[in-house]
Amino acid sequence: MVTQFEWLYSEIVKDHFMNPRNVLQEDEKFEADGEGLTGNIKCGDEMLFLIKVDKEKNIISDCRWKTYGCASAIASTSALSEMVIGMSLDDAYRISPRDVEKRLGSLPEHKIHCSVLGDKALRAAIDDYYRKNGMTNKITKKEAHIICECMNVTDQEIENAVLEGARSYYELQEMTKLGTVCGKCKEKATELLKKYIDEHFGGDIKIITNLPEN
Amino acid sequence: MPERYIYLDHNATTPLHPEVKKALLEMMDNYGNPSSLHQMGRLAHHKIEEARATIARFIGAEPDEIIFMGSGSEANNSVLNSLACSSQVCRMERKLRDAIITTTIEHPCIIESSKCLHERGTKVHYLRVDETGKVDLNHLKELLNPNVALVSVMYANNEIGTLQDIKTISTMVHAAGAFFHTDAVQAVGKIPINVKELDIDFMTLSAHKIYGPKGIGALYVKRGTPFCPMIRGGHQERGRRAGTENTLGIVGFGKAVEMRAIEMEAEYQRLLHFKNILKTGIAQQIPDVKFNGHPTDALPGTLNVSFAGAEGESILLYLDLEGIGVSTGSACASGSLDPSHVLLATGLGAELAHGSIRISMGRENTLEDIEYTIAALERVIKKIRKMSTVYKG
Repeated sequence: MVTQFEWLYSEIVKDHFMNPRNVLQEDEKFEADGEGLTGNIKCGDEMLFLIKVDKEKNIISDCRWKTYGCASAIASTSALSEMVIGMSLDDAYRISPRDVEKRLGSLPEHKIHCSVLGDKALRAAIDDYYRKNGMTNKITKKEAHIICECMNVTDQEIENAVLEGARSYYELQEMTKLGTVCGKCKEKATELLKKYIDEHFGGDIKIITNLPEN
Repeated sequence: MPERYIYLDHNATTPLHPEVKKALLEMMDNYGNPSSLHQMGRLAHHKIEEARATIARFIGAEPDEIIFMGSGSEANNSVLNSLACSSQVCRMERKLRDAIITTTIEHPCIIESSKCLHERGTKVHYLRVDETGKVDLNHLKELLNPNVALVSVMYANNEIGTLQDIKTISTMVHAAGAFFHTDAVQAVGKIPINVKELDIDFMTLSAHKIYGPKGIGALYVKRGTPFCPMIRGGHQERGRRAGTENTLGIVGFGKAVEMRAIEMEAEYQRLLHFKNILKTGIAQQIPDVKFNGHPTDALPGTLNVSFAGAEGESILLYLDLEGIGVSTGSACASGSLDPSHVLLATGLGAELAHGSIRISMGRENTLEDIEYTIAALERVIKKIRKMSTVYKG
């Protein structure tokens, strides 16, 4: 028998990777009420998320997904798919990569990029549902722009992070994982951070972009 | 599940040859400093010189043309830095030439060194390769000019196994008055190499790719070629690489090369046979695959293949769970978002580059390993493609 050295990721990740839940099967007829596709093959991953909605209760009654992605993308989306069944659309809309990560028992820092795909595709699927059902007022109105290309973080997420308490670039990084790969977006992200703090909390707060000396 | 783990990642590193292991164990109690004049020192010194002579003989060099170093990466860094040294003496030695040429498919230690040299003012040119990974010789002709000090072209590519026409390249380089270096870490011990016949000025070698220990490499420097040491200090390695010698590593390196001299030819035929079986098996069992690298002019044990619609890290990890170890050119395995620079340089699209794996076989692999691997790959690719958004089989 092969002696198994500790696997690259946690046992929960491994379990989801080996037996991914709620994958859309080849001949399956899954009549989705909302569909979301995100990602980019150039960066090596793409994700499709399908949801069925219980229209009376406004909850996700079932879901399916497919991906071109790595182990983290497969495992995190599998975990996400289990989390959202039975969840209200509003709650599902707010699921963050960190909620999924918690459920999986942590992923390596550089793999978090891969795990954000699932919840993005899920939000896209919910938006799609709202659009098809004349509930466009529920869709976050502003068109989101991707600021951090590596981690797929948008200006809207930066705004949300500010609303949730981010006051420094490092807090912003902690909350959104932005700027943790190539770091190219630091300047733009800092600008937006300042702008949203100004907008929501007045202009007196100093932006900290460097770590304190000690 | 197989009885034992099937290791198919020999281009990353190799297990120790049993004879190497024996030599290392024997050497372990010899703690003498090779520079010491007493018996313990002299014995260590003798062992090092024995290994040096073995390695020199194996590549057709003289013993004093071999400098032991900490790794292949150190040897590559040393050559590039040496030929770009800004001291007046070094510049005079290379006739004030201040440019280097390398390729787009080199190992990161050459690419990163080149980038750093560029930052410090050296002109660096990168040679194009064709879709099989062969250097574009017309491009080389265009780039060679009287300002070029060094041309560095890897002998065998670590990812796709493509071999370069070293003799043709070194002839062109010398006609232009420049020096020629080849990173032969993946080639030495796998194919016959004679530095004199190939007219090479610098050549990089490493022990751990040929069943020797890690942490030991060597640089061949042709007599009379300018060389500026990167690590200075004591007189070790004739003043060209200071630091007390890694006696264990060197002895293991010597033994590994000694064994290659005996086993290389038969292993070449065996691995080539395995590669053909692997290639045929994959092509027959799995649709929509693409083999990367040169079809014939390549390392015998290296097979790089892309699977449409399947991401490489997933393939690697599913295979790992099946008891098989390979590597991938996917970005997800590297921590960056870019797939293999080698595959992209050959013109492969991003999707196929992300969906590539490298199978590199070695001396302990058997026909059963290869057959099991084909069957496992078929299962794994089918599983991944079933959940793929991209694959439209």
